[in-house]
Amino acid sequence: MNRINQKLQESQKLLSIYFTAGYPEIEDTARIIEALEKSGADMIEIGLPFSDPLADGPTIQQSSEAALRNGMTTNKLFSQIVNIRKTVNIPLIIMGYFNPILQYGVEKFCQKCKETGIDGLIIPDLPVEEYKTHYQEIFEKYDLIPVFLITPQTSEERIRFIDDVSNGFIYMVSSASVTGGTTGFGDEQMDYFKRISNLDLKTPTIVGFGISSAASFKQATEFSKGAIIGSAFIKHLSHHGVDKISEFVKVLR
Amino acid sequence: MKTTYQVDERGYYGDFGGAYIPEMLYPNVEELRTRYLEIMKEESFQKEFKQLLKDYVGRPTPLYFAEGFSKKYNTKIYLKREDLCHTGAHKVNNTIGQILMAKKLGKTRVIAETGAGQHGVATATVCALMGIECVVYMGEIDIARQAPNVARMKMLGATVVPAKSGSRTLKDATNEAIRDWINNPVNTHYIIGSVVGPHPYPDMVARFQSVISEEVKIQLKEKEGRENPDYVVACVGGGSNAAGLFYHYLDNEDVGIIAVEAAGEGVLSGKSAATSALGKEGIIHGSKTLLMQTEDGQITEPYSISAGLDYPGVGPMHANLFRTGRGEFISVTDKDAMDAGLVLSKLEGIIPAIETAHALAIFETRKFKEDDVVVINLSGRGDKDLNTYIEHFNL
Repeated sequence: MNRINQKLQESQKLLSIYFTAGYPEIEDTARIIEALEKSGADMIEIGLPFSDPLADGPTIQQSSEAALRNGMTTNKLFSQIVNIRKTVNIPLIIMGYFNPILQYGVEKFCQKCKETGIDGLIIPDLPVEEYKTHYQEIFEKYDLIPVFLITPQTSEERIRFIDDVSNGFIYMVSSASVTGGTTGFGDEQMDYFKRISNLDLKTPTIVGFGISSAASFKQATEFSKGAIIGSAFIKHLSHHGVDKISEFVKVLR
Repeated sequence: MKTTYQVDERGYYGDFGGAYIPEMLYPNVEELRTRYLEIMKEESFQKEFKQLLKDYVGRPTPLYFAEGFSKKYNTKIYLKREDLCHTGAHKVNNTIGQILMAKKLGKTRVIAETGAGQHGVATATVCALMGIECVVYMGEIDIARQAPNVARMKMLGATVVPAKSGSRTLKDATNEAIRDWINNPVNTHYIIGSVVGPHPYPDMVARFQSVISEEVKIQLKEKEGRENPDYVVACVGGGSNAAGLFYHYLDNEDVGIIAVEAAGEGVLSGKSAATSALGKEGIIHGSKTLLMQTEDGQITEPYSISAGLDYPGVGPMHANLFRTGRGEFISVTDKDAMDAGLVLSKLEGIIPAIETAHALAIFETRKFKEDDVVVINLSGRGDKDLNTYIEHFNL
C-alpha cells in the first residue's frame, strides 16, 4: 500500500509540512526531510521551485527564487533524495507547477518519483480534467497519488467529481487566497470545513493555507484529517535555520 | 472537414491553449467560459459595444493607402490606423468589450496587468468611463521606465500596484494580477490585455479585437474592389493586434498571414523576444503555448526595445499558426525596427509605436510583388516611445 494511504489510516490528525527544495541552502533537502520525520511530522511536501508560482504568496515566492538562485533543478532534487528511503519512512509528496514537470517529461518524472520513493504529487496548475484524460494512467503505473485542491468556491458537483478521481486525500484550501495569507480561522472557514465534512466524501481532506500555530492546526483539523503548514515553516527556516526544526514542529500539537 | 485555425470547443488551437489554472481560479474562469459567448451575442451587449467603439473609441479607424511607403517598397501597402483609436492603440477595443462583460457578470472591481502601460491606460480609461474600481499591476522596473503612463493611470483614478516579485516586469505583473484574482474571486473581473491566459481569454480577446479585420474587409472592398488582401502583417508580443487583423482571414488561405516578432539584439544574442524561434511548448499564465524557458522549465526573461513585445510567451492562436505553417513568422531587431519607425515618419508623417515599427521593418528584406495588396496593422502611435526614439537617434 502507498505510504500516504497507510498514514491516512492512522488515528491521529496528520501534520504535513511543506518546504521548498534548495532553500535555505541548496544541499538542505535531505537534512530537512530527516529532521521533520524525527520531530514528529506525519507527511512532507517537497516544493519543486518554479520561476512563476501563481498560487503562492510572497514567502514561498521568495524561497522559490532563492532556491533557483542556489541552483536548484529537477535533476538536482532527484539526485539529493536518491537514497532518502534508506533513512526515512515518512510519506513524501512533491509539490510543483506543471511546466517544469512537462519539460522533464511527465512519464520520466513519474518514473523517477517511483524510483526515489515519492508517494504522491500536487500539481496546482494541472486541472483534474487534464489529469484524468492524459495522465491518470501514468500516475497509476508508478503508484503515485494525485492530490487535488478544493476551495470555498468549489461547487459540490465538482467536489464530488474530484472525490471520485482522488485516491489519497483532498487538499482543502482554507480560504480564497494565495499561500501565506491570513492566519487563523473565523466562523466562515469553520462553517466551510463543516460543510465539506458533512458531504461524507470517500477521500479524507487535509486543510492547507493559513495554518501557522498549534491553535490554527487544532481548528483546521476539527473537521478534517489533517493540516498542512508551509509559509510559516519557511519563515521559521529563514530565521532559525535547519537545526531548529524540531522546535517548530513540536509546539504544533 | 475544413481545417480551422479558430479555437475549438475545448479551448484549443491545435495543440495549444486550454486552461492550466489552479483550482482557486476555476470558478472565475468557468463562469467566464460558460457565459462569454452568450453575453457577447446579446443584443444589448452588441449595441452598447458598437456604440462605444464608434463614439468613444473613434471607429471605424481608417484604412489608409500609404503611397510613399508603397512606392519605396514597390508594392501596395495599406495601414490600418489603430493608432487613431482613443488612448493611442488597439488595446482599447478589448478593454471596452471586457468592461461591458464585467458589468454583465455583476463584477464591481477590475484588475489588469500592464507592461509598458498601454493596456493599463486602456483599462483605467474604461473603468473611469464606467465608474468601476480599477487596480493595475505593473512591474516595479516598468513603473520606473514608464512614468508618463503611470501618471495617466493615476489621473484616470486607477491604483497602480508595483509587482515586486521575480523579474519585476510584465510576466510578474501578470502573476500578481492572477494572485489578486485568487484572493478576490467573487467581485473582481480580470481584464487580460492580450490573447494569452487560460481559455476563454485568448478567444474572447481575439473576438473583441476582430473588429479590426471586420472593418478591413469592408474598407478594402471599397478601395480595391475585393475583401481579401494578399497579405496581412502585424507585430506579435502576446498577439492581440495580430489576432484582430488575422481573425476574419484565418481560415481563408488565399490571404497570407505574416507575424512579426521582436528579435531584440538578435535572435541568438541572448537578448531577444522571438518566441517562435526560441520558445518551446509549455505552460505560461494558464495556457499551453510556445514560451521562452530554460531546459528545466523555468520561464526566462525576454528582451526587446519595445515593452509591448517583451513577453516570454505568445498567444496559443499564434503558436498554432506557427506550428502548422499557416503563418509566416519573421523577427526584426531593435535597430531595424527603429529605422523603420523613422522611415514611416518621414514618408507618411506618421510616427508609429515601436511595436508597430517591427511590422514595418519587414519590407527591407521580405519582398512582395508589385501588385500585391498588403495590409499592416498600425497598432499604436509613437508618442509613448518618444524618449526611446530620442535616445536611439540622438534627436
